[in-house]
Amino acid sequence: MKTFWAFVKKETLHILRDPRTLVILLGMPIAQVVLFGFAITNELNDARIAIFDASGDPVTQEISDRLTSSGFFQLAIKLDQEDQLERAFQHDRVKLAVVFPPEFQERFFREDRPQIQLIADATDPNTATTLIAYASAIIRQYEQEKKGSAALPYSIQTEVRMRYNEELKSVYLFVPGVITIILMLVSAMMTSIALTREKELGTMEILLVSPLKPVVIVVGKVIPYIALGLANMAIILILATMVFHMPIRGSLFLLIAESLLFIMTSLALGIMISSRVQTQQVALMISLMVLMLPTILLSGFIFPIENMPWPLQAISHIVPARWFIVIVKGVMLKGAGLAVVWKETLILIVMTLVLIGASVRSFKLRLE
Amino acid sequence: MSITISHITKSYGAVKALDDISFDVSKGELFGLIGPDGAGKTTLIRILTTLLVPDAGEARMLDLDPVKEFRKLRPHIGYMPGRFSLYQDLTVLENLNFFATIFGTTIEENYDLIKDIYSQIEPFKHRKAGQLSGGMKQKLALSCAMVHEPDVLILDEPTTGVDAVSRKEFWEMLARLKERGITILVSTPYMDEASLCDRVALIQDGHILQVDTPASIVASYNRQLLGIKARNTLRLIEDLRAYPLTHSAFPFGESVHLALAGDLTDGELPEYLHQKGHEELEIEPIAPNIEDCFMELMTKKQSDK
Repeated sequence: MKTFWAFVKKETLHILRDPRTLVILLGMPIAQVVLFGFAITNELNDARIAIFDASGDPVTQEISDRLTSSGFFQLAIKLDQEDQLERAFQHDRVKLAVVFPPEFQERFFREDRPQIQLIADATDPNTATTLIAYASAIIRQYEQEKKGSAALPYSIQTEVRMRYNEELKSVYLFVPGVITIILMLVSAMMTSIALTREKELGTMEILLVSPLKPVVIVVGKVIPYIALGLANMAIILILATMVFHMPIRGSLFLLIAESLLFIMTSLALGIMISSRVQTQQVALMISLMVLMLPTILLSGFIFPIENMPWPLQAISHIVPARWFIVIVKGVMLKGAGLAVVWKETLILIVMTLVLIGASVRSFKLRLE
Repeated sequence: MSITISHITKSYGAVKALDDISFDVSKGELFGLIGPDGAGKTTLIRILTTLLVPDAGEARMLDLDPVKEFRKLRPHIGYMPGRFSLYQDLTVLENLNFFATIFGTTIEENYDLIKDIYSQIEPFKHRKAGQLSGGMKQKLALSCAMVHEPDVLILDEPTTGVDAVSRKEFWEMLARLKERGITILVSTPYMDEASLCDRVALIQDGHILQVDTPASIVASYNRQLLGIKARNTLRLIEDLRAYPLTHSAFPFGESVHLALAGDLTDGELPEYLHQKGHEELEIEPIAPNIEDCFMELMTKKQSDK
């Protein structure tokens, strides 16, 4: 036991003696949460639009006002001629153009179903779709107000509520993702680097010749990184709740316990990588390629898994982050308890046990 | 016997690092494993320290098998790897404490054993190991290897990259450790360090050339040896190698050591060299050293092939 703590102490000293890495490790979650929370956002505000109004009557005027006062759109240019559209997209960088046909008002009240043309800049398809959806909704609402539902003999009205994230804040989406990435980064990448460093420096030779059991070397090595991972977790949660007012609706204890489980999964991955490579640089590259990319791309954090081609969907099943993100979202946003996320938890537990078993086996007692 | 090595062979792919190596080291002996870089010294040491498994042959360390009984053996070995293998970002004291603890002991318990070495670096005990000079690093590494009172001390090129004064000090420390009855196996590429060992094994290309005391190895040298200097050493070697009576000619510092294949009549060699246009010639008979013996054994081995 004494040797074990000596090892933990030594490892902690390594981390503390390298303040630059420590600052990066602790600063990264802050930077990522702030970045994702403020800068990288899926919400659209003040998108630049152009309006070509061939009627110029009170109805088209009102619809234009509705659009520009919604907060989603900002009138960049009012066009006089339809052939100015191209220039508006190219030169004035508008994202959406609204074209009213002539005699709009007359046709509107004559039940002649006049058409409004919405033209979006689809170089960014997601933005284009969102803008069209917003604009359509505003126009439809105007129509209903004017004519009342009685005017349409058969109609279905939809009433939409965005549960768990009423205001559609994208930070709610990103925080679980950032937690996942940071825990994976600190636990897997840093452990694989720390273990490989012993090999590269030649100190592993002495450790192996010493009476230390491999399990002491490995566990002693990873304990400080578990602490570091939990510290990161705390930083992210504090930022998310204090700055972005994100709720933790479920049990905080469950959230931390699940995080510890995911940290264990990541650590086991890191140990496995380190047992197969000889230099820190290779460990870093492999961690980034094999762990970070799937964690970011295949976990459902950025791209919805349902939209992926089936081979990628299949691969995503073995990405631990996929299950962990479901758990974090469930606990934080839906207030889910273990009864709800037991399946994902069980999958993670099995993965972790398999990985720990494999990483202990892969730890070499000799140099080759 | 502290160490018994019999018929050990080890290959890395197609390269035979060790080929049928056998020798013994007695208890309390200071044994030198001497050979150039790439001779197989580190591989052999790693087999003895349980870090590698030989392809064939077997070794006994303190009557234990480094392959099967490595767990029992490891606590009794003091090992200093070839590179400086301590934690550069930890202080001298932290390093020593760490290695003492993982071997289940304390500095205080074995202070007496390492006092001689450690006291020299103790004034810098709060300095980070990475900031020590080469000589001090070696002393720290030796202290760390000795702190658990091992029965066998195995050092892989401890004096490589260390200045001449520190090298001398280091060998004096080894001599004092030997007096305490510790068996020491030390490898080195420096031939001049051979005379500081009780016995040496000369190793080259994975083969043992000879195992004996330094004195016997030198005594077994049976050729006439001349030390020759001239202004142009490079051309001197070429000309000497072309000389009919030459057995071998190797550069040795500023001069060339010429081993003769037969008897030489007076004045014959100076005349030959003058003819070749060499100036500032100095020719004198010299006594062989270990390196001459090594070269002789090496040449013999090559001509045997």
